[in-house]
Amino acid sequence: MSILGTRVHRVEDPAFLTKGGTYTDDLTDERLAGALHLTLVRSPIAHATITSIDTSAAKQAPGVVAVLTAADCDLEPVLVFDRANKKMVRPYLATDRVRFVGEPVAAVLTEHPYQGEDAAELVDVDYDPLPAVVDVEAALNGEVLLFPEAGTNVATAKGSADPGAGFFADCEVVVTKQILNQRVAPAPLETRAAAAAWDDGRYTVFCSNQNAQGTRDDLAERLGVDVADVHVILPDVGGGFGAKIGADPEYVLVAWLARRLGRPVRWSESRSENMTGLVHGRAQHQTITIGGDRDGTVKAYQLKIVGEAGAYPAFGAALPNLTGMMARGTYDIARKHSSYVSVVTNTTPTGAYRGAGRPEATQAIERAMDLFARAIGMDPADVRRKNFIAPEQFPYEITDEISYDTGEYAKALDLALRSAGYEQLRAEQARRRERGDTKLLGIGLSSYVEITAGGGASENGSVEVHPDGTVTVLTGSSPHGQGHATAWAMLAHEQLGIPMEKITVRHGDTDQIPEGAGTMGSRSLQTGGIAVHKAAGELVELAKQRAADLLEADVADLVVDKDVAAITVAGVPSARKITFAELAAQEQLRVHTEWDAGKATFPFGAHVAVVEVDAETGKAAVQRIWAVDDAGPVLNPLLFDGQRHGGIAQGIAQAMLEEVTYDEDGQPLAASFADYGIPSAAELPSFDLVGMETPTDANPLGYKGIGEAGTIGSCPAVQNAVIDAVAHLGVDHIDMPLTPVRVWTAIQQAAGGAK
Amino acid sequence: MKVEINVNGTATTADVEPRTLLVHYLRDNLGLKATNIGCDTTSCGACTVLLDGESVKSCTVLAAQADGLSVTTMEGLSDDGTLSHPVTAAFRQEHGLQCGFCTPGMVMAAVSLIEENPDLTEADVRSGLEGNLCRCTGYHNIVRAVLVAAGKDPDA
Amino acid sequence: MIPVAFDYQRPQTLDEAVALLATRGEDATVLAGGHSLLPVMKLRMAAPELVIDIGRLAELRHLRVEGDEIAIGAATRYRDLVTSTVLAAECALLPAVAATVGDPQVRHRGTLGGAIAHGDPAGDMPAAILALDGTVVLQGPNGRRSVPVAEFYTGLFSTVREPDELVVEIRVPRTGATGWAYEKFTRRSNDWAIVAVAVATMPSGAVNVAMVNMAGTPIRATATEAALAEGKSIVDAAALAAEGTNPPADTHGTPEYRRHLAQVLTRRALQTAIA
Repeated sequence: MSILGTRVHRVEDPAFLTKGGTYTDDLTDERLAGALHLTLVRSPIAHATITSIDTSAAKQAPGVVAVLTAADCDLEPVLVFDRANKKMVRPYLATDRVRFVGEPVAAVLTEHPYQGEDAAELVDVDYDPLPAVVDVEAALNGEVLLFPEAGTNVATAKGSADPGAGFFADCEVVVTKQILNQRVAPAPLETRAAAAAWDDGRYTVFCSNQNAQGTRDDLAERLGVDVADVHVILPDVGGGFGAKIGADPEYVLVAWLARRLGRPVRWSESRSENMTGLVHGRAQHQTITIGGDRDGTVKAYQLKIVGEAGAYPAFGAALPNLTGMMARGTYDIARKHSSYVSVVTNTTPTGAYRGAGRPEATQAIERAMDLFARAIGMDPADVRRKNFIAPEQFPYEITDEISYDTGEYAKALDLALRSAGYEQLRAEQARRRERGDTKLLGIGLSSYVEITAGGGASENGSVEVHPDGTVTVLTGSSPHGQGHATAWAMLAHEQLGIPMEKITVRHGDTDQIPEGAGTMGSRSLQTGGIAVHKAAGELVELAKQRAADLLEADVADLVVDKDVAAITVAGVPSARKITFAELAAQEQLRVHTEWDAGKATFPFGAHVAVVEVDAETGKAAVQRIWAVDDAGPVLNPLLFDGQRHGGIAQGIAQAMLEEVTYDEDGQPLAASFADYGIPSAAELPSFDLVGMETPTDANPLGYKGIGEAGTIGSCPAVQNAVIDAVAHLGVDHIDMPLTPVRVWTAIQQAAGGAK
Repeated sequence: MKVEINVNGTATTADVEPRTLLVHYLRDNLGLKATNIGCDTTSCGACTVLLDGESVKSCTVLAAQADGLSVTTMEGLSDDGTLSHPVTAAFRQEHGLQCGFCTPGMVMAAVSLIEENPDLTEADVRSGLEGNLCRCTGYHNIVRAVLVAAGKDPDA
Repeated sequence: MIPVAFDYQRPQTLDEAVALLATRGEDATVLAGGHSLLPVMKLRMAAPELVIDIGRLAELRHLRVEGDEIAIGAATRYRDLVTSTVLAAECALLPAVAATVGDPQVRHRGTLGGAIAHGDPAGDMPAAILALDGTVVLQGPNGRRSVPVAEFYTGLFSTVREPDELVVEIRVPRTGATGWAYEKFTRRSNDWAIVAVAVATMPSGAVNVAMVNMAGTPIRATATEAALAEGKSIVDAAALAAEGTNPPADTHGTPEYRRHLAQVLTRRALQTAIA
């Protein structure tokens, strides 16, 4: 029986559950002996010119080795997102101007971290405040510019906001709504940390990150050295969620400081720093317009996006493009139009966060479907069924180059509805409304399709059997909680028969593994996993070639006897068996291979959420959520469901609780875990997962990605459910997060409007 | 000032600044790195350890306050580096961890919770873990793991 | 984040603590559980020169019936309130309120006296003690004095406690196991209350209603109490709960929303406590 598809416990866990993970701040590596500790002085003001910085008092403080400012720093400011307005470059330490609360202004280096906090308080920065640009409308009108030399606050834009005359002309019903996909904080439990040494002309950089090789390349470019002169090592990483991709400015600074000061440097940010210093996600202001006929046919859909790039355009400036590409969702809509503008504001830069561009697309189309259903008086499930892309329409082209690979959208929705008992839920909802219960029931649906491995479908992998029978697997992907060490070992074991416990998976060290694209965009299994599968298969072929002479048999007649991890002759029980280990003892037995699917895959699914809303207080609670998440065959249900659980929770969290807000001066209002609404176990239910598997044709095992699907599916289902609970009171939309005060206010306004 | 703290059954002592947080004493003075720091506001619980057998957030306890008392960290749950403790065993069995960062604190919070009330329901576990944040698991499998460790059927 | 450096002393007796506070009161801060103080110090919003740790003083850890009252030492932890069989029988409101404070780890460290002295308008315990018409006992160089909790708070995080005084005891009447309710409205389980309402039925039969986060200090719903005394219905009395309040505005609620919540929560609490 194949190990693939079975529930294998993680090989990672014993270490995590005894001595704990070894994260960057835990390192005792000898290369970091005698390290200085970096404390960053960060701007407390959103927008200001810096008139002076006095570091003299700080330099006298106990334990201080150096205090540096932009005047001391020869690093070239960087255009973090290379397609943004070329003038919108970011310095590593603020030069003449600060553009967001949390922007690094000075670097304090001390022998002990406690001394750093003391000394940082003594750095005297004179700020001359400028008006802060917080609102995107203010950014667009450009009265105050973050980069006067750019002449605009627009970082990047695409498409006309006008879909053209006649776009909605033949529609019986057209509904339009402005909705907010609010700014949220990725908030991995491990904040960012980096440690660097410079020795003999070469940087060694340890950091908390999702991609060693890409970060090495960034570091080399930004430090102005050859790629060969940078060695990046990723220890255990305490969560990333898209926000730890590439070399953050602080990481570059840590490496630069190590060289400049001639001593290793360590940095581990506080949570308060992390909440303003790490990129935020989402932050799209959307206008959705949907048109169609009263029979439920949707004919035209327009999505207009104003995206917040934050103070310095990073990857977040690019994400509305992906949102536009995925705007139609699971629906076969005759006319679809999208456009976007990304603007800079005096806020934390935005970047990828679980889903990164796709949740924003799904939220918009799924809200639009509900609004359209309401407008024509049809059940939201029926409207969706009426418009789904049908199975026979695949591959379904969404751009000139990209097509949805496989999908069964109606089947997924029907499975979710049947699992939830949709008809009974609607009946219970009606009963409560009739009785005038204050505890209202809301039922929300979502149907989603998303793109995984969209940033590139190639990855490398190596498998080597050693003479002692152990195996080393090298991978260019870069886990931070997903369980690759277990999954990749399963893939190797499947073909070699060598026991799981003898297989070691290595990743995240650029000297051992020079190439790799890391873990992001739900790409790993279908790229890095398939590369390992392919490498193991090629290793079997290599072993057969070598064994053929020894066994005096044709290669074509040889098979793997997985019970003993050996090559033998098919159908001849008495035949000699030569183990992989024996072959390795004769000559190195190693395969390094590249896998390139050449295309992305498109997981899909449907979620049904049930919420209860206290009509008197506006407080909503998610009671149940049923999730159908189809990402093709499942390698390990333990890991697969774990990804769904975490994803679903983050989607619920965005719908119900989380939001980064700023006051009009650009001061963040939720800059700690005391204020920012990450849910605990007490705010969430257990989740009902429903299985469905539709393989892709993009790779031999049919795998798609599952890392982000849960978030993409759950968030709109929950938002739709809360709005559904109060829909009969006249409410047709409430922006996320659906906090008590917001829901209560919406009910009051609807009641006021009805009078 | 000098503090003497029994940590995982071993007497430890060090001369520390009075402001030294217990979590830093454990990590930096003793090199016990399982206990993590996830926030500044006593919110996330990643630094949870047992102080005289009860869960506390070691970022909000001075080493000085623990002087003369006993501390248990996750490292102290196993003598031999195996998952011999029912809570750590259940966390693996039920896949109650992913990135592992919240795990030591979550495990210690669970140990304390079960110690105080072994007769736990799912609702008890959820409210009992309200002081510990996890960003990876959605808590689904953590809740199951704690129920299993308490001898309950998580599917009941 | 870590506090500014300070000196630390852990007096062995209450007299020692009071004497220390008398000499260093202006630049000293008293530490009991530390779960209000240390977070503020870590954020460097407070930077005392001396921290006086009274958390282990046995003289401040008592919880006993004394005549018509229950005397609770200031260093009694939330956890001790929650598990107290004395309180379960004699003043069941208190353990119920204490069980909602923070999370289990906070309840293992945080103390009743600390919460009372800190005086956070969003705190649970001050309102609970106010609903019970409790008394705060202070000890300074000139001995002890008792202050009704209704007179203890003077504004946001400020009390009548002098810098050389220590909160040593909280006294509450024996209100029994029934006739109480606590309605706490939060966003997340362990968040501070957006609004909360404590109801206690006093030995006299009077029904007291105290509210959290409806002003700069815990505040009584006096109009509601008067209406109940006049025999008005719960619904009518609760509708008056927001009278005379001055609730704050923040991301969790407008003053208008808080006034609305006060009415709803008061009605629910009264229905639980006395209907």
